[in-house]
Amino acid sequence: MVAPVAAPAPRADAAPGRGPGTRPWLAWLVVVPFLVYVGVFLVYPTGVVLAGAFQDADGAFTLENLAALGEGVHRQAFLRSVELSAWTALLGAVFGALLSWAVSVGRPDGLPRRVVVAGSGVLAQFGGVPLAFAFLATVGFQGFVTRLLKDVFGLDLFAGGAWLFEMPGLVLVYTFFQVPLMVIVFLPALDGLRPQWREAVDGLGGTAWTYWRHVGGPVLLPAFLGALLLLFANAFSAYATAAALVSQGSPIVPLQIRGALTGEVLLGQENVGKALGLGMVVVVAVAMSLYALLHRRFARWQ
Amino acid sequence: MTHSAERSRARRGVAEPHGGRRFAGALRLVGLAAAAALVAACGAPPAKDGAAVDADAASAKSAAGFGGLAKLVEAAKKEGRLNVIALPPDWANYGEIIKAFEAEYGIEVESAQPDASSQDEINAAKQLKGNDRAPDVFDLGLNVALANKDLFAPYQVETWADIPAELKEPDGRYYGDYGGFMSIGYDAAKVPAPKSVKDLLKPEYQGKVALNGDPTQAGAAFSGVVMAALGNGGSADDIAPGVEFFKQLKAAGNFLPVDPSPATIESGQTPVVIDWDYTNAAQTAKLAGKADWKVVVPQGAQVGAYYNQAVNKDAPHPAAARLWQEFLFSDKGQNLYLQGLSRPVRLDALTRSGKVDAAAAAKLPETGGEPVFLTQEQADKAKKALSETWARAVG
Repeated sequence: MVAPVAAPAPRADAAPGRGPGTRPWLAWLVVVPFLVYVGVFLVYPTGVVLAGAFQDADGAFTLENLAALGEGVHRQAFLRSVELSAWTALLGAVFGALLSWAVSVGRPDGLPRRVVVAGSGVLAQFGGVPLAFAFLATVGFQGFVTRLLKDVFGLDLFAGGAWLFEMPGLVLVYTFFQVPLMVIVFLPALDGLRPQWREAVDGLGGTAWTYWRHVGGPVLLPAFLGALLLLFANAFSAYATAAALVSQGSPIVPLQIRGALTGEVLLGQENVGKALGLGMVVVVAVAMSLYALLHRRFARWQ
Repeated sequence: MTHSAERSRARRGVAEPHGGRRFAGALRLVGLAAAAALVAACGAPPAKDGAAVDADAASAKSAAGFGGLAKLVEAAKKEGRLNVIALPPDWANYGEIIKAFEAEYGIEVESAQPDASSQDEINAAKQLKGNDRAPDVFDLGLNVALANKDLFAPYQVETWADIPAELKEPDGRYYGDYGGFMSIGYDAAKVPAPKSVKDLLKPEYQGKVALNGDPTQAGAAFSGVVMAALGNGGSADDIAPGVEFFKQLKAAGNFLPVDPSPATIESGQTPVVIDWDYTNAAQTAKLAGKADWKVVVPQGAQVGAYYNQAVNKDAPHPAAARLWQEFLFSDKGQNLYLQGLSRPVRLDALTRSGKVDAAAAAKLPETGGEPVFLTQEQADKAKKALSETWARAVG
């Protein structure tokens, strides 16, 4: 997924105050590789998508591609994408927050914390084919766990249908990378809670409930909501995992885009794919703008 | 998915009181990045002009254009390379065909994206136009071939007369190379033999029936739905019963929404696969000794289709591209298709001349009754119906 890049602006007074011998153009020169990278891999493709969304096959201006977003199949896909992202964001945020809390009350240099933080760093990036395969190999039709449950306990994981390859499966698999991402973004906020605050509440005769209700909760809420939005955007734009897992019906928007670009049955859908992409950009942009606003609020407490 | 960008921001955020200014800075960066993108776009490497494409070769409409087959071979050898795309080695014997071509002419074949779709081939040709890595030749479903006629160079192979008229574009822009029938492949050790499409609704097939791809995207799956329609009271003009069939299959818990591949077949994840008979039959040969993979073309539901060959009009190796066509449509090339259990387009001619590989022909899955080939109108109608109903039926 692509996050808005917010580089700290060079301070207006930076150049002269940076000691002798530095020149402003030198500072810019250092940034050039980054700019080229972002330009080629982020700005240019986004421009292509934006332009294509408003063009027909001959390159003339049209609004038909955007109109196609209202069609049953595409509208359904957007609804399902939002639903999937919302569910996994919520599940990921709740479990991730509980895990972060468990870690944050332990020793800051303890082994559990180090393991969880390092593990989250790895698992939050675990997606695509490897993740899909991991689930297929364990709880797939011929998966290890599936077979074990069947042979030992007589339980059939798939009695209710092929859930792993449909929405429930996507929720399960997405949650798997949402929880560690939550730990990464939420742990710093929890670390920002100062023990003195708790002591002050206790000293004034407050209970645990009073503390969470009036101090801990309000301080953490913006961070939690911000993380929720981040997780939403993360799930909304994830593609590779779903692509590896789901091959029928293209239930979510990224898979619809795949179909529009590579399908050999319904042709001439490329620009409808770009319009779908534009729709996704809008949804993620809204989520990330809200996130940026919240981030500014909770950054004060850290 | 990369979260690294946010991660760095989410890290112990430094309080940034100058939110407004930071925003302006970010904007400036985006502007610069856009400028950089423009520069990068303008500075894209120009088309390789080292090996100048032979204009005569690119306009030759038959071997006579080169002054005969021997001259064509000479010109192709001089080019020394051929780019092919979307040819899986275990599909219609393409692995062996490529090897045989390389051995015969000493021309190196670059095989890109073996698992790509027909549309991907066209996309690649457009994106790589003028580049020496662009595909020289295409192997396309009829649908995609029809839609992109203007990308192909007309070329008629020596054996042009043997190709049935309904399977070739009159100028030779594209023509059928090999075909087959929709079939049901199954692991005889795991499931009983299905005789008809409707048999697949029985409880013995619970969670076992897979379709090769999404029919709104993949040609093989599309024909699978047509087969289901014919076996469920529909016709080439009305494929709704086919969609209905898969809806029932899903309701019965028999439909397996997994994309079948040699790996899923071998591991037993997909014990029943609806696919072309030649790809299913290739699995039979491949799994010999490991699994008893059998193929049946269901009675009364015979859907056939031919794939098509075409030469890219902007082929970087125009002579090699044309030699490849000559090779594919020669007796040798056609028999290689046959050994891959697909039905080469010159099968009748080969049978008449006695040049056919009889052992390979005997292995073809049995067919009986009247085969159905969709006309373009029927296909268009079916596609429209599918795009409106498929996602809801299996979603």
